[in-house]
Amino acid sequence: MIARLRVVLAKPAAWPCLALLLVLLVNWAITPGFFELEFRDGRFYGTLIDVLKRGAPVALLAIGMSLVIATGGIDLSVGAVMAIAGAVCASMIGAGIENTALIVAGGLAVGVFAGAINGALVGGLRLQPIVATLVLMVAGRGIAQLIAGGRIITFRHEGFAALGVGSRFGLPIPILLTALVFLGVYLLTRRTALGLFIEAVGCNPRACRFLGIRVGGVKAVTYIVAGFCSALAGIIVTADIQGADANNIGLWLELDAILAVVLGGASLAGGRFSIALSVVGVLIIQSLTTGIIMSGVPPRYNLLIRASAILLVLLVQTPQLRGQIARITGRRGGGGGRSGVPRAGTEKGPAGRGAAASGTGVERAGVRPAGEGAS
Amino acid sequence: MTRIIGHRFLPLLITCALFLLLWGIGAARFDGFGSARVFFNLFTDNAFLAITAIGMTFVILSGGIDLSVGAVVALTGIACAILIDGHGWHPLQAFTLILGGAAVFGAAMGALIHFYRLQPFIVTLAGMFFARGLAVTISENSIPINHPFYRAVSSFGILLPGGGRIGSATLILAAVLVVAIIVAHYTRFGNHVYALGGDQVSAALIGVPVARTTIAIYTLSAVLAALAGIVFSFYTFSGYALAAIGMELDAIAAVVIGGTLISGGRGYLLGTVVGVLIGGVIQSYIIFDGTLNSWWTKIAIGALLLAFIALQKALTLLRGGERAE
Repeated sequence: MIARLRVVLAKPAAWPCLALLLVLLVNWAITPGFFELEFRDGRFYGTLIDVLKRGAPVALLAIGMSLVIATGGIDLSVGAVMAIAGAVCASMIGAGIENTALIVAGGLAVGVFAGAINGALVGGLRLQPIVATLVLMVAGRGIAQLIAGGRIITFRHEGFAALGVGSRFGLPIPILLTALVFLGVYLLTRRTALGLFIEAVGCNPRACRFLGIRVGGVKAVTYIVAGFCSALAGIIVTADIQGADANNIGLWLELDAILAVVLGGASLAGGRFSIALSVVGVLIIQSLTTGIIMSGVPPRYNLLIRASAILLVLLVQTPQLRGQIARITGRRGGGGGRSGVPRAGTEKGPAGRGAAASGTGVERAGVRPAGEGAS
Repeated sequence: MTRIIGHRFLPLLITCALFLLLWGIGAARFDGFGSARVFFNLFTDNAFLAITAIGMTFVILSGGIDLSVGAVVALTGIACAILIDGHGWHPLQAFTLILGGAAVFGAAMGALIHFYRLQPFIVTLAGMFFARGLAVTISENSIPINHPFYRAVSSFGILLPGGGRIGSATLILAAVLVVAIIVAHYTRFGNHVYALGGDQVSAALIGVPVARTTIAIYTLSAVLAALAGIVFSFYTFSGYALAAIGMELDAIAAVVIGGTLISGGRGYLLGTVVGVLIGGVIQSYIIFDGTLNSWWTKIAIGALLLAFIALQKALTLLRGGERAE
């Protein structure tokens, strides 16, 4: 039994899922109605649905970000692209365009274009991803304001607003759209060779070039996917509030998206990726946020709790800390101190201990007085 | 030709030339733009950003990044206000405690980065949440600072002919810059920073104390950010937990525009300060013009960033020293 548990814990998926489970359980302990679902007026209501709906835009960003990070890159511009896409859609409605599909297509096209620019800078000119995308992050909000004429554009458009507030099959449309994109990107990366290429480029770009893989092209594709996902996230947020606020849409969401990917166990150095685990990372962040709000604790403690929870989740995944815990508890198999590479054989022992440590840590973070305004 | 392209000061010279060009355009278009007053106000208005960016330069030279500096500036401001106004401390006592606290904060981030092999981006992001969270927890309101010491520091200034005035913020900035240049180029620590950014593995092999240097770099960055927060509080006479949001990006942009290679190992502190001034000139230009909206600042800085990284790339390619991907 314990041996089997150790095998499970050695899997990369174990830690993020365990962390999510803990956050959910702590939420349930504080707010007993956390898991309650209600079916009313043809759709589901409940805190879980709320977590999923509020998490949808960041989940979209994280899906695109997973691919970018897997190639060893980073995309800081996703929040700004959300603002641009929102401004474009709102302006199109303002210009009298009625067709919802056309408006959405306009927003998405801008997102793909922005992604293509990032892709050309990183894949074509081989610029450092962090500065190449910083350009659009800094300039993007300016461009969005330029498109919106420096105003917050509000609008009334039933068809478009439904993308943010409507529901289908009993579920809010943002959740369905995110699920659709998740499925699409999953099929794109796991049913074609693209996923393999992305991971290969992240692991060893030089070897890839010798193998004949077009490294720049693969990188560019990931930025384009990220641009598409960010535009859709921007459309959902714009439709939700029925207005485009170029200054605030998607502000700092790029950090949440990157955080979600890292919480999902991915390395910023590139390599293996899992969009499912990135979404688990988003759910960890969102459940933490929603849980803090529901517990009725002043929202100003939110950032502190978030910082501690993030550090704990990251630290328990490092072989160094597991080695130290093993040494302190006097169990064999520690000493992974400096290697930086998890060794399956020796890590099993400490891993079990690590679980206990992470458990109490996250729990403590959740039980402490907490709350956040932004979500 | 090769000698010009290969010259290590070339990016710095281009940055300085760009500053002069922008300054010249402004002076030609607007009366008073070219005056000594506007010039020295650039330093007064941007001293806190420049001090932060100097710390950021060390971090980027070593191949890392520090996203926490804006939050540290805000935390410093609010801590100053609470200690001085709320608890009646003398400002110098408060500054000592705050700079010490910042050093511990930076050292902790450096230790996490080095000993647990966590990425600087993520560790300093958590640091940003932590510092901002602490600031908001202390107070969500803007707190004014009323103290004779503050008024004295703020009113101190050396008047120059032509209406220019060198204030205390400018003097602090000049002192920081001089010390930082000496540290970067004439001490062993400075050599280690450049070596780390060049290639960490090689640096470790030739005996650079990687752990000590990494921790010292992040400590330095946090302490300079706290000092910038103090200078910022001289400027605003208050502390506010939501001040300086996004300032880390301005600092990074200034470092890049100043000619420092974002992957580390190459760059100069003076360039960073000129990079900050370029941002200041663009803002002054937009204020003088009056019809342009502030979002043009963002677009212009974005375009400059792009131009500079493209330039860096071109220079590296022309030197023929590019490492294969």
